[in-house]
Amino acid sequence: MSELKKSWLLHLGIVALLFVLQFVLPSYHHASMARIMVLTCYAMGYNILFGYTGLLSLGHALFFAAGMYGLSLSMQHLEWLAGPALIIGLLSGVVVSLTIGLLLLRTTGVAFMIVTLMFSQAGYLTVLYFGEFTRGDEGLVIQQELRSIAGIDLSDPTSRYFAALLLMTICIIVSLRVVQAGFGRVLVAIRENNERTRMLGYDIQRHKLSAIVLSGTMSAAAGACYCLLFGYAGATFASVQYSIFPLLWVLLGGAGTVLGPFVGTLFMFYLIDLSSGLTTAYMLIAGFSLVMLTLFAPQGLVGEIRRRGLRWLP
Amino acid sequence: MLVVKEISSGYQGAQVLHNVSFDVQAGEIVCLFGRNGAGKSTCLKTIMGLISTDVGRIACNGIEISQLPANEVPRHGIGYIPQGRRLFSELTVEENLEIGLMVNGKDHGFREEVLDMFPRLRERLHQRADTLSGGEQQMLATGRALCISPKILLLDEPTEGLQPSMIDQIRYAVKTLRDRGVAILLVEQRVDAVLSIADRVVFLENGRSHDPVRASEIQDKPDLFQRFIGV
Repeated sequence: MSELKKSWLLHLGIVALLFVLQFVLPSYHHASMARIMVLTCYAMGYNILFGYTGLLSLGHALFFAAGMYGLSLSMQHLEWLAGPALIIGLLSGVVVSLTIGLLLLRTTGVAFMIVTLMFSQAGYLTVLYFGEFTRGDEGLVIQQELRSIAGIDLSDPTSRYFAALLLMTICIIVSLRVVQAGFGRVLVAIRENNERTRMLGYDIQRHKLSAIVLSGTMSAAAGACYCLLFGYAGATFASVQYSIFPLLWVLLGGAGTVLGPFVGTLFMFYLIDLSSGLTTAYMLIAGFSLVMLTLFAPQGLVGEIRRRGLRWLP
Repeated sequence: MLVVKEISSGYQGAQVLHNVSFDVQAGEIVCLFGRNGAGKSTCLKTIMGLISTDVGRIACNGIEISQLPANEVPRHGIGYIPQGRRLFSELTVEENLEIGLMVNGKDHGFREEVLDMFPRLRERLHQRADTLSGGEQQMLATGRALCISPKILLLDEPTEGLQPSMIDQIRYAVKTLRDRGVAILLVEQRVDAVLSIADRVVFLENGRSHDPVRASEIQDKPDLFQRFIGV
């Protein structure tokens, strides 16, 4: 069996497993898994930029929040239906990532990190400043009856789970297609050696901008869906904390692997969830586990599996 | 084919090249020769647009390329293999070649041509580039540059640090390309390499070029090597 077939079968197998899990998971884990799948999409978007292109962003919460507020503000203030509002959420991600991307391309290395962080903070402060519309920290709540598309009630746990699974499946397919296509190879080449790739005749800036827009749009899609499925948009999602989360998830799962973001998000979510049930100092346990993992699996969980044998893992 | 006319360039205020001129014709190997720091690699980087030049002109088949951004220079049929190979170490041999092939959009059979020229690469197709030996890495770097089907190939010390058998293979490949009509500009420090494969030699001294000399004439003028590199 070719490596290409193997990787598609593995990923589709995981989607099938998640499909089956919906029928067996207890209600608490059922809801948690839906949340994890949506956040995985955010991490997958981040992974395109960080894992494959080698650009470390500290401001991805801006894109997540762009999608979230694009949807929630148009539903709340323009009284749009969920479907069109979801498209607005996606478009917000495209516009914000394209605009920020054009400015970010003037920077590299540490400057890139700092500028992404600054833009993200500016976005966070903007959400707070326009509290009259966004309701700042308190946030916007999307009423249950408004959270439906084509007659499907997305506040219903089963529909919500399947919607999250659909989004994650789309993100897996997009990631696989990108990684296996020439575009993905060029992104990895840029990560490996920017200058060398340029000398071969590639327009580095155009590829980087495409990666930023794709990454931002996937993150915005996750933000918009999170708001739609869980009915809430708050300033916390635009804070620096939500820019650090996808970095951690991707590092834990394995940067530059398609499944890494899912494994990392799942691991981190349950690590904090379980340790918070044991002690109030749960972040200490989480931190210690992260240090251990970083020491013994520096390429992340999926990255380590790939290094140790399954070299065909994309 | 490639005409370099009175170019001057350098790094952040430190001028390295001063009015350097030479040309390379199709089916010819021209060797840039000189001591360390003479400006050989700087000259190649300037042709590739990696170092800007405000003085002089560089033309490829009559088209001025000296003001083009670095990523557009290869589109004029110029391939460049820098010193130290610079492969994409985490990619496999096949993926490294694909990166080269994709520049032109289509394969056009170049992949098979490269693998025929370097059969060792065919055996290592799915191996990561950083696991190859030095000679194999040089073959891959050369093969990847050939994937863009260059009319002009710039090579910066391709045999540096290689064992003799690998050196012979690389030289054979360079000669084969020359015989196919590719114009080759080679930076070399090894006298034997210069004498065995170059058609003409351009001596660089403190960033200044001297009139090209035919390699066959150098055999009779050993004082030239004495003068320019002290051997």
